[in-house]
Amino acid sequence: MNYLEIIVITLVKILIIFTIMMLTVSYLVYFERRISAWVQNRLGPNRVGWEGVLQPFADVFKLLLKEDIVPLVANKPLHTLAPILALFVAFSTYAVIPFGPDITVFGYKVSLVVADINMGILYVLALTSLGVYAITFAGWSSGSKYSLFGGVRASAQMISYEVSMGFSVAGVLLFAESLRPVAIVEAQSGWMWNAVLQPIGFITFLVSAFAETNRLPFDLPEAEPELVGGFHTEYSSMKFAGFFLAEYANMIIASALIVTLYLGGWQIPYIELLGLPSWLTAAIQVAGFFFKVGFLLFFFLWVRWTIPRFRYDQLMSLGWKVMFPLSLINLVWVAVLIMIFKL
Amino acid sequence: MPVRRRQKDLNFWEKIYIPEIAKGLALTFKTMFKPKFTMEYPEEKFIPPPSYRGRPVLVQEENGEERCVACGLCSRVCPALAIEVQAGETDREKERYPERFEINMLRCIFCGFCEEVCPEEAIVMSKDYELAFTNREDAIYGKDELLVPVKNLNERINFLRQYK
Ligand code: SF4
Ligand code: SF4
Repeated sequence: MNYLEIIVITLVKILIIFTIMMLTVSYLVYFERRISAWVQNRLGPNRVGWEGVLQPFADVFKLLLKEDIVPLVANKPLHTLAPILALFVAFSTYAVIPFGPDITVFGYKVSLVVADINMGILYVLALTSLGVYAITFAGWSSGSKYSLFGGVRASAQMISYEVSMGFSVAGVLLFAESLRPVAIVEAQSGWMWNAVLQPIGFITFLVSAFAETNRLPFDLPEAEPELVGGFHTEYSSMKFAGFFLAEYANMIIASALIVTLYLGGWQIPYIELLGLPSWLTAAIQVAGFFFKVGFLLFFFLWVRWTIPRFRYDQLMSLGWKVMFPLSLINLVWVAVLIMIFKL
Repeated sequence: MPVRRRQKDLNFWEKIYIPEIAKGLALTFKTMFKPKFTMEYPEEKFIPPPSYRGRPVLVQEENGEERCVACGLCSRVCPALAIEVQAGETDREKERYPERFEINMLRCIFCGFCEEVCPEEAIVMSKDYELAFTNREDAIYGKDELLVPVKNLNERINFLRQYK
């Protein structure tokens, strides 16, 4: 493959992933509204199109037509930068997460990941920490006390949970002996899913992922009863939509990351024993990946409409006194497993 | 500050939360498939019970005349000053009738005082809750909008006789 081919293939992959992300995000918003309604014995939006399937587009048009209000005391450059940063982080993180095995298209060998870099997990962790800045900037630059509180809480929360997140990931890395997402997925063949081997790490990572994406029960940065809208109180129109999209895109990334690290990525146990043609196997595996991600996304929504919000002090003590030690215990557990079974 | 004690000490399983969270998730999952309470409004209308206070209407007798004797009590009692009655003389038995009877629906607060004070059972609250106008003039209902045949109002009148 020459450089031109590599560039074209990568661009096509970026386009595909971006489209999938945008569509999933808009339908995630739709499903959030439908599922929340079902949980509360309501119907939810069902008017625009068949059963309301065109609702996301109606929402986008509504937001586009809204007036963009910037408070007088806001720091305007930062106020504008914050949603852009949030979106940038949300969409660029996906680059390293593989969604299928290598396939052959028109004689080219294509790996189903935009950038197969060997320190992919580090890249994800680095970019998600950048996401904190978006929220802190938004909170600080708005010039409103509620936004500021939201921003400060968000940074405190994300930094605390990043610690346990990092230590949970360390367990996975010990098994895979690589930071490359593709290698991590390949290390989980058969039933050797990390969720089975290290359940404690799975739970701590799951909880930290909820905290990192600011989803309920950890949505303190935007706790409506106390902080109006939290960090996005002073945002309107498409800037608000930017944060909204970023939140949902982050959910997709968190789900995809959990699937990659703990649920075997695109792997489906013992599928190679069926003796199917290789293209069919690959298709089923890609479908399996999307199914797992879809289930986790549903789980995110489901949890949101079930569990009440934590208090701020409870959140901090859970993060530092429970999740952090648990992730350390998980690390020791993994080390012991490796020692005993020479995995 | 007095020391606040927990009403109930949590046991070990409740303290690690996970079984409790699973219980909660199971409950919400079950709820998702239960029948919904939403009424799909324009297609499916809410029919209120007779105790409902919709817009006030004037009772129209079988012979097509209004029952009202234009005593003006309703207009006097209305806390929102929504009613305007102008009396006129008539040769009929009741001697007085309202020449003009207007209720400003932008002012009405649906308190039902007019209905309560009326000596003739001539103004009652209906079940009609669909009130929309495009300008303020349309919101002033005159006699033609207010008169409703008595056979449509029997439910409310019976309710009033029983409970008023
Ligand atoms: S319901 Fe109350 S406010 Fe309305 S017209 Fe009658 S007395 Fe006035
Ligand atoms: S109180 Fe009854 S009778 Fe008297 S004016 Fe009002 S509606 Fe007519």
